[in-house]
Amino acid sequence: MAKMNMIQALNSAMDIAMDRDPNVLVMGEDVGYFGGVFRCTDGLYKKYGSHRALDMPIAEGGIMGVAIGMGVNGLRPIVEIQFSDYIYPAIDQIVSELARLRHRSGGEYFAPVVIRAPCGGGIRGGQTHSQSPEGIFTHACGLKTVMPSNPYEAKGLLIAAIEDDDPVIFFEPKRIYNGPFDGDHNKAASPWSAHPLGDVPQEHYKIEIGKANVLEPGSAVTVITYGNMVHVAQAAIKNSGIDAELIDLRTLIPLDIDTIKASVQKTGRCVVVHEATLTSGFGAEILSQVQEECFWHLKAPIERVTGWDTPYPHAFEWEYFPSQERITQAMLRTLESN
Amino acid sequence: MTDKQPVDTAIQYQSKLFVPQASSRPETAPDFSHIEIPSPIASHRPDVLSEAIDIQDLAYGLVRVLGDDNLVAGPWAPDLSPDKLLQGLKHMMHVRAFDNRMFKMQRQGKLSFYMKCTGEEAVAVAQGMALKPSDMLFPSYRQQGLLFVRDHSIVDMMCQCLSNAKDNIKGRQMPIFYSSKKHNFFSLSGNLATQYSQAVGWGMASAYKGEDNVAVSWVGDGTTAAADVYHALVFGSTYKAPVILNVVNNQWAISTPQSFASTGSTFAARSIGLSIPGIRVDGNDFLAVYAVTQWAAERARKGGGPTFIELYTYRTEGHSTSDNPDAYRGKNEASFWPLGDPIERLKEHLIAIEQWSEEQHQALQSELTDEITKDWKEALSHGSLDNGPHWPVTSMFEDVFKEMPPHLVKQSKQIGV
Repeated sequence: MAKMNMIQALNSAMDIAMDRDPNVLVMGEDVGYFGGVFRCTDGLYKKYGSHRALDMPIAEGGIMGVAIGMGVNGLRPIVEIQFSDYIYPAIDQIVSELARLRHRSGGEYFAPVVIRAPCGGGIRGGQTHSQSPEGIFTHACGLKTVMPSNPYEAKGLLIAAIEDDDPVIFFEPKRIYNGPFDGDHNKAASPWSAHPLGDVPQEHYKIEIGKANVLEPGSAVTVITYGNMVHVAQAAIKNSGIDAELIDLRTLIPLDIDTIKASVQKTGRCVVVHEATLTSGFGAEILSQVQEECFWHLKAPIERVTGWDTPYPHAFEWEYFPSQERITQAMLRTLESN
Repeated sequence: MTDKQPVDTAIQYQSKLFVPQASSRPETAPDFSHIEIPSPIASHRPDVLSEAIDIQDLAYGLVRVLGDDNLVAGPWAPDLSPDKLLQGLKHMMHVRAFDNRMFKMQRQGKLSFYMKCTGEEAVAVAQGMALKPSDMLFPSYRQQGLLFVRDHSIVDMMCQCLSNAKDNIKGRQMPIFYSSKKHNFFSLSGNLATQYSQAVGWGMASAYKGEDNVAVSWVGDGTTAAADVYHALVFGSTYKAPVILNVVNNQWAISTPQSFASTGSTFAARSIGLSIPGIRVDGNDFLAVYAVTQWAAERARKGGGPTFIELYTYRTEGHSTSDNPDAYRGKNEASFWPLGDPIERLKEHLIAIEQWSEEQHQALQSELTDEITKDWKEALSHGSLDNGPHWPVTSMFEDVFKEMPPHLVKQSKQIGV
């Protein structure tokens, strides 16, 4: 075991995968010599050389296209998109090509590409460095979609993603790279070294993609979330004293509906929280499935706490970022309803 | 817990993949000795309606006006009065004073972010001065000099950086992502190269309306890899759109050297196959930048279509406040840059022609620094990033659409609840 923040845990996952398999390489803008703008690929250039920690021209569509070609030719590229906000030039390659290749070739071709993309706000990044675009990719058929909330799981999930023969889009909430964040920006930052999930084995291990985690057991209301919002929701539950069950989805596609179902059928109440905007966000999909699976168990309308349907603002970061208070109010509304 | 899945460790590859190198890294000495610097008299200034193929040598050469003797020479020497040159010098010094102050303010926590254009001030200032106020600017993030040329309020630029109550874009964007319709300065995007094809469309509309306004856009060397750059060149050439498409080759894209985009050629050469003249110019030579821009603007106004200009310069400082260049390039690489500093070079020229002196220069520098200090105080009086005042919080829901639809009206009432 070692104390690792999320950056170090992700780095360890890539290091192990590269060490075990020469087909694995990391590539993207500034990922080679510099080690990535968030330092996630730090040291890999030195250890594995410029051919395997591959700096690339600034063209996400180009990066994605060559990653697919490499994948088809037997490699396992890990692509870093510097900010998930920069992913849009690659949408055609991701949605029309990467996600569908296996299907359209009748299973003949596939490209085991992992796309790593720092996402989410809370870093004063404005609208071009704060987005949570996961809902766009869950809507494209054929992409496993993962968003870890802590170093331990980030490493296990990333190794699983690299070894997966399907393409995986792996969103990394950058606000919690260095420590968990409960939404209170006035509080002193707390490092991962002070958190139990900052204890990370140095060796190889995997966490199964497609399995949610019940983080806090409870019986009054189910709170379903992922990424940054896991910590905000956890703090809201703790500070409000509500007997809530907290589920960290970890994987959005495939969605672990069984875990959700078991919880909501027990509590009869449900709050879904994500940082992405409300309309057509992934929360809408969760609500639909909860309704389909748990309709007769529900005692209250399902609530959503999300980012507002506006571009991410620079000045009003903390009015935009879903707060503990909003989550608590949503839990209370479901509890008051009969 | 450890997975025992067998891995074929027998595989060993002998990679033959070519990977470009950098001009220097922290462990290697900077070396720009391969850069050929022709004399100003070595170039030629062709007719503005020349065919791209007939003047392709300009894409591989380097247009210069200021020689090593700090005097003007050669066919590109523009007709610029000493007053105009002094104005250019003042703008460049003003930009640098502004940048220095803003960078410091970011370091003190007053701004969330900042980007300087140190070492490449001549690009935006000389180009801005060579254009008409009605020409439309589609900048990238390092052309703040354009706003100085167009007399934008410095206090208002600072207010944008502070996202305060006087920020004309209402706290919506990070510092330096200016927008000023009044100054024909397009709203900056954090997504690279998107503005390039938009500039072509703006130029097409100008031609369609029978007007003679030109659209001008900028990208960096790294961004030339983006597909939008190709789109702009193809559409611009197809419709002979009145545009000037600039590549500011400042050698570095954050940590990535220009060799990852230049493919061993010049950037200017890239447009020739698309019948667009490519001209490579000494980007630290104020007069040369002015002259080439003037040529391109005249070509555009006469219906000759786009010009692709590579401004050969050097990014003296980091990409932004978020990176330390010493981590990825040789220490003091800037001091090895063979084309000098644009402010120093214009200053030395003005001194050489006896229109300026070291004393006047120092006096102007202190005057500009004092002005910036005063402007900063005034900007802060309109609000700080952390403590405001800002625009009202509910303003966040405005401008998503022209009229606020019901779902946003509903959300705006929930905020703060």
